[in-house]
Amino acid sequence: MNFEFTEEQTMIKDSVARFVRDEYDMDTRRKIINSEEGISRDFWNTFAELGWLSVPFAEEYGGFGGTVEDLAAVMEELGKGVVVEPYVSTVVMFGGLLAASTNSALKEAIIPTVIDGSCMGSFAFAERQSRYEMADVATTAVAADGGYRLDGEKTVVINGGSANKFVVSARTSGGQFDHQGVSLFVVDAAAEGVSVKSYKTMDGQRAATVTLANVVVAEDQLLNAVGEGMDLVDQVMPSILMALSAEALGIMATLNSITVDYSKTRQQFGSPIGSFQVLQHRMVDTFMSCEQAKSMLYRSLCQANECAADASVDTTEFMKSVHALKVTMAKAGKHIGEEAIQLHGGIGLTDELNIGHFVKRLMTINVTLGDRDFHQKKFNQLSYSAS
Amino acid sequence: MDINFSAEDLAFRDEVRDFFATEFDADTAHKLSGVQTADYKPAIVSWQKKLNAKGWIAPGWPKEYGGTGWSATQKFIYETERGAAGIPDVVPFGLKMVAPVIFTFGTEEQKARFLPSILSSDDWWCQGYSEPGAGSDLAALTTSAEYAGDNYLVNGAKIWTTFAQYADWIFCLVRTTKDMRKQQGISFLLIDMKTPGITVKPIVTIDGKHSLNEVYFENVLVPTDNLIGEQDKGWTYAKALLAHERTGMAEVADSKRMLRTLKQRATEEVNGGEAMINDPVFQLRLSDIEMELMALEYTELRVFASMAGGGMPGPESSLLKIKGTEISQAIHELQLQLAGSYGGALQGVQGDLSSDELGHDYAHEARGKYMYGRAATIYGGSNEVQRNVIAKAVLGL
Repeated sequence: MNFEFTEEQTMIKDSVARFVRDEYDMDTRRKIINSEEGISRDFWNTFAELGWLSVPFAEEYGGFGGTVEDLAAVMEELGKGVVVEPYVSTVVMFGGLLAASTNSALKEAIIPTVIDGSCMGSFAFAERQSRYEMADVATTAVAADGGYRLDGEKTVVINGGSANKFVVSARTSGGQFDHQGVSLFVVDAAAEGVSVKSYKTMDGQRAATVTLANVVVAEDQLLNAVGEGMDLVDQVMPSILMALSAEALGIMATLNSITVDYSKTRQQFGSPIGSFQVLQHRMVDTFMSCEQAKSMLYRSLCQANECAADASVDTTEFMKSVHALKVTMAKAGKHIGEEAIQLHGGIGLTDELNIGHFVKRLMTINVTLGDRDFHQKKFNQLSYSAS
Repeated sequence: MDINFSAEDLAFRDEVRDFFATEFDADTAHKLSGVQTADYKPAIVSWQKKLNAKGWIAPGWPKEYGGTGWSATQKFIYETERGAAGIPDVVPFGLKMVAPVIFTFGTEEQKARFLPSILSSDDWWCQGYSEPGAGSDLAALTTSAEYAGDNYLVNGAKIWTTFAQYADWIFCLVRTTKDMRKQQGISFLLIDMKTPGITVKPIVTIDGKHSLNEVYFENVLVPTDNLIGEQDKGWTYAKALLAHERTGMAEVADSKRMLRTLKQRATEEVNGGEAMINDPVFQLRLSDIEMELMALEYTELRVFASMAGGGMPGPESSLLKIKGTEISQAIHELQLQLAGSYGGALQGVQGDLSSDELGHDYAHEARGKYMYGRAATIYGGSNEVQRNVIAKAVLGL
């Protein structure tokens, strides 16, 4: 039994931590989010040089050959700096789908460009009506001239404005809610018929509405077999959720430590407010929330390793843990975020103080890929039933 | 990251599992199901004697005094299997509380005199810590022991003394010197319950049962040979005991088993023809608890893994007691809720009603566990005191 990161993981974790500490202070971050693109291309190149963009990819494509645990190690540290560069959209989501793709020619063509930092990507899955159901896909892909013609609209495409390529889910057959019949295409952002409207999100990041009008995509841009895109999504989704949760964990630990430190210096009624028992107990509760969230992440990671090592393992318990993880992160994030604001008092409400930026990222993570209620319902479906 | 055990540890687990499956029979289980019945003492003593015969009665003791010599991993496996099998823990007062104080701070003569009868369960111990005026603020205790030649003269009262009615011995914190800082001047004394001047008065608890007592001391003469360590240093020994007690308070395996039972009952309990387990609101209540428990299981594993690696448990160990008791209380609460209106049924006016006559088979148990279970967040350092400890020791406040 072992809950330590390996030496290799510790090295990459330390390298991200050093970057956040030495180069990504909150003033730098403010300048970046107020810039035109909202991200720093220079930093992105640094990430490429340091090898962070290669984590999920197999060595045969020039990747690091990492597991979800490696991804979690990086994400936890990125969370501590609320880093806005498109690591989640490009490496974790777009990259995760690409790494799991069965189309090796496509992988050979794209993966090296992700690793060297020249290609940013995003997964365009959501639609106006779809809320959190990934299989609710009304965007259509109709066979035409050895390829497909895509029509539809994708919403909340994370970092869509910076992406060179999208993975787009589009329906090739079946009804709007069917699991079968969804296909995944790589679509070039510059292709004719693609329009991207970018906007700011409350966490300092960017998202976009992507409209596809008569976009022609070659058949060789399919990530896996026609109509079986959801299988690939289901395969990759646990890793994405664990990576996001690791980011949330980094944020929560940081918020707790900022708040405890503040309570030791802020004087009221002639004493540091941290000396008041009523506040001490609230900070103990947020400490416990954070530790429990960490345990839930470790539970999921351990079970992910188990499932990866033996394909015959029943994945039900693992999937229960992953849904429970997203719920736990949502609850703990809300608890820790709200308490951080409350314990800071009025100053906690200002844009100038850093904690609000951490809180808003936690709020965004909660609604990314299914909120607390969505995942608790999934958990209940897997856990409880009487025939 | 992994939670894999070695082949040797898995073999050990199977051995423990087999032993429990064969030796903990249905009759013992039945007699131990309610701790406050007449069957309880003979049943638990007989079970503990079986454990002693197997050599498994005192995993926490050094081997030279009768411990098992198990690794941290083996101890963890043993406790987990015990909880999972629904086997009650040994009565802790002798084996887990006073014995570590005796073998750590006692004289050779005291070790030889007291440890064997604790191992064999021939002597039953109880704990004399809390007093009417000293609960969470334990150091405020006032029971006095005046030095008088070869004896101490003890006067005062102890309260919440579990199973004092069965006890042969009580270990007490007493004040030997006044006018010192309140943690000083306290001594650790072993007192024979048969000594003249001791009166045990039962306390009936909220579940209608009797396990707690008040113990009064009126001019009780205790030989100075029964003093542990130095006079006035008792607080140090008591604190060491608490540290010994703290690991393993999360009781995850027990809670997992209770939750399994609860889910099973929820598939049988119907409302309007639909099983309660399918009720979306009930499912939410259930999964809120289950998810906390899933996390706590790994918190416990994290603590255990750092100890098995020879290290000290990290800050996460401090939350085991708080979360463990909150979760077990939440399970008891939902269990009682599931029993519906039968949860309120007490015993029959003319003799006990069978569960068939009552219309329900687990309602009694559910109510009892819920009511008495309120104690879990009060004893062993109330959860509020635990929060004080974490605020100071972990958060540095």
